[in-house]
Amino acid sequence: MHSIAFTVNGKPASIAADPDTPLLDVLRNHLGLIGTKFGCGLEQCGTCMVLIDGEPVKSCGKAVSTVAGKTVLTIEGLGTPERPHPLQQAFLDEQAGQCGYCLPGILVTAKALLDRNPAPSRREIALALDDNICRCGSHHRILRAVEKAAARLRQGASR
Amino acid sequence: MSASAAPQLPGMLRDNPRLDQWVRFDTQGRVTVSTGRVEIGQGVLTAMRQIAAEELDISPDRILLQTGDTELTPNEGYTAGSQSIQFGGVALRQACAEVRLLFLDRAAAQLGHQRDALSVENGAILHKGQSTGQDYWSLAASVDLQREATGGAPIKQASQHRVVGQNLPRTDLADKVFGGPAFLHDVALDGMLHARVVRQPCRGATIRAIDEAAIRRAARGPIEIVRDGNFVAILGPDETFVEAAAAVAPGHVAWDNVEALNPMSEEGRWLLQQPSIDKTHGAPPTDPAPAGRAYEATYTRMHIAHASIGPSCGLALYKDGHLQVWTHCQGVYPLRAALARTLKLDPAAISVKHVQGPGCYGHNGADDAAADAAVIALRRPGQPIRVRWRREEEFGFEPVSPAMVVTARAALDGAGKPADWTTEIWSGRHTNRPGGGGNLLAAEALPDPPPPPPAVEGPPPPGAGTRNGEPLYAFPAKRIVHHLIAETPVRTSSLRGLGATLNVYAIESSMDELAERAGQDPVAYRLSVLADPRARKVVEHVAQMAGWRAGLPAGTGKGRGIGFAQYKNMAAYAAVIAEVEVVHAVQMLRIWCSADAGLVINPDGAINQLEGGIVQGISWALKEGVRLDESGISSRDWEGYPVLRFSEVPEIAVELVDPAVDRPPLGVGEASGGPTVAAIGNAVAHALGARIRDLPMTRERVMAALLRS
Repeated sequence: MHSIAFTVNGKPASIAADPDTPLLDVLRNHLGLIGTKFGCGLEQCGTCMVLIDGEPVKSCGKAVSTVAGKTVLTIEGLGTPERPHPLQQAFLDEQAGQCGYCLPGILVTAKALLDRNPAPSRREIALALDDNICRCGSHHRILRAVEKAAARLRQGASR
Repeated sequence: MSASAAPQLPGMLRDNPRLDQWVRFDTQGRVTVSTGRVEIGQGVLTAMRQIAAEELDISPDRILLQTGDTELTPNEGYTAGSQSIQFGGVALRQACAEVRLLFLDRAAAQLGHQRDALSVENGAILHKGQSTGQDYWSLAASVDLQREATGGAPIKQASQHRVVGQNLPRTDLADKVFGGPAFLHDVALDGMLHARVVRQPCRGATIRAIDEAAIRRAARGPIEIVRDGNFVAILGPDETFVEAAAAVAPGHVAWDNVEALNPMSEEGRWLLQQPSIDKTHGAPPTDPAPAGRAYEATYTRMHIAHASIGPSCGLALYKDGHLQVWTHCQGVYPLRAALARTLKLDPAAISVKHVQGPGCYGHNGADDAAADAAVIALRRPGQPIRVRWRREEEFGFEPVSPAMVVTARAALDGAGKPADWTTEIWSGRHTNRPGGGGNLLAAEALPDPPPPPPAVEGPPPPGAGTRNGEPLYAFPAKRIVHHLIAETPVRTSSLRGLGATLNVYAIESSMDELAERAGQDPVAYRLSVLADPRARKVVEHVAQMAGWRAGLPAGTGKGRGIGFAQYKNMAAYAAVIAEVEVVHAVQMLRIWCSADAGLVINPDGAINQLEGGIVQGISWALKEGVRLDESGISSRDWEGYPVLRFSEVPEIAVELVDPAVDRPPLGVGEASGGPTVAAIGNAVAHALGARIRDLPMTRERVMAALLRS
């Protein structure tokens, strides 16, 4: 067991765990952050996506020791029902989801995209989300919601 | 003189006639509404809330909705077959209308008013629009809902609807968007143990040896290994250790009685050499058509996986002689019956409750995972057991949709229209649910396993493998010849659309070929043999949406195609037009869809379902096929079993035809898949000038078709 310290959703976290423990297990089982989902454990589907220092990373294959001293953002840190992130509000407005299991991973991936590219084309959004699988077929609404959130964020920034 | 017959109760009300099974007023200011239907990603709970709110004249947010619980909700069998609204929703609607009328009768008697002068406004009783001081809750003690529905209460006309027909937002979406505990996988009980199962490679396989020491070493922390017969599970309080052990465990268990598969059986054509149970439905047999007036073509597809985005999960607790099971399966009552038989328990000693899971498109691994958890829980009384399948396990062991072969055969009249039509179908079983006690993986691994469930499928409509095998077109004679293959290389069962997907593909591909032979435009040709006015309307509407033009040249690399069906010949009508570009592989450009689902409860929810069916349909048409090797399913990850990704999804436009007209609601969840696959097939044929008859239409098959043309 090692003690590993990092920042999660703006708060310091210190974990006593085997350094090889997947970050996903630490988030869900040690920290109770169950918003991030297990999908495959093979870094193929994106349901476990979180941002590490702003970059989207599949947390199922990421040993917790590698995030020591780094900043992790999960879906719980994106916004709350009282203060939703524009992406979350846009997903609700567009009813962009069916089962919703893929949405936490998709939302943080979309946040990373909009942070680096505030005005992405539909094609750029789709390519950014190609590492995230949606099996129910909500793609069309999800793309629309990300476009809508981007527009709102741009309006907010220009005010 | 004969008494006038009592009105027949609609849908599931026949099986669950007691009104308090559906509606209760046991919480001040709230109404408790129960539905046996469960949320599987399709938005049904929001629609049920709307139906109840409409007929009870109460705000939707005052409804406490109970769903899928053997202790609380009516037994509605399975949430499957696009039947939730068509059969479950109409039952709830009638129950709510009767409850409202009983309260108005009671208020009329108590207040001394005519019932017709009374109304309900958000739960309050009004007299000529003015408050009476009475409401559902003040009257609840004096209205007995422990009585059977009569079918006598009128339901509202569509023109009176205030909640039905509105796009009420999904009530379950916020938890999912904000990362709340939305799924069974997120439920953690005190003292819970995580568990994984080491699967039998096939039915009948027996354990020769287990290297338990090697499995424990890989765990790197404390785990237990539980074994009973050929059932092996790994459990422990730390999921990471349990998972690490489970990842290597299949390599440390040696099996006997493992039969090698023929990898060729992954393709549908393998079925043609297998013994089958044969049945003919429809018109009597006929002589072969004379040369020059005969049409025949054969279409195939591989097995298709549900491939839910999250693997199956089950949670169980055995305490004080009672087994509580939490599951994301489609039918809590049938699962309870199956568990009772498997575990040799009284059904009354088992409670099964639905908790949402990742997207469900039919009979996937959810029942099996629940049984896994229950089997382990019985051996660890007092400790909650949560089983979560591994991704490799999900792909390798969930029941898949069977491979199929369909031959379409027609004898044409002088105008080039079918005078006689045959759809001949070869398929494994599409219905194989565990209600009767068989077909739970854990049960097969325990000592004294049950026999495999018999291969039986009901006749069309709705049918299973035969589903949509009868074209809706007005041909003078139509028949289905069904070859049900009982023994398939892998376990098969229900997946969205069942046999309809390939049957519609075959029929609609053939319709395009017949249109070409008759020198007619595909849309005009279909309309010339389509009598049902609602069917005609969706075809005409989608042609209008897409700006369909007759006579565009074929073989240019770009193409358009149409596909049409009424799902099960008794649910929603859907027509789809696809536009594709084919260079080396098929690229989707646009999709248009028009659907008639009768009265629509939540139009945006219905459109969301149709869109989902379109995206899955594209994925089935272009990408999906389960791969087999000697040891079973070999496509056990998302690289081996690719599905459609974001950058491959085209623009999609969906419109509902007459959604607010007073007609029975028609199930919409499975309506668009078959027509989508068919439209893509016809668009690809138009683009290439050559037809691909075997699904999926991969790059290799496109290249082969180009070489042929």
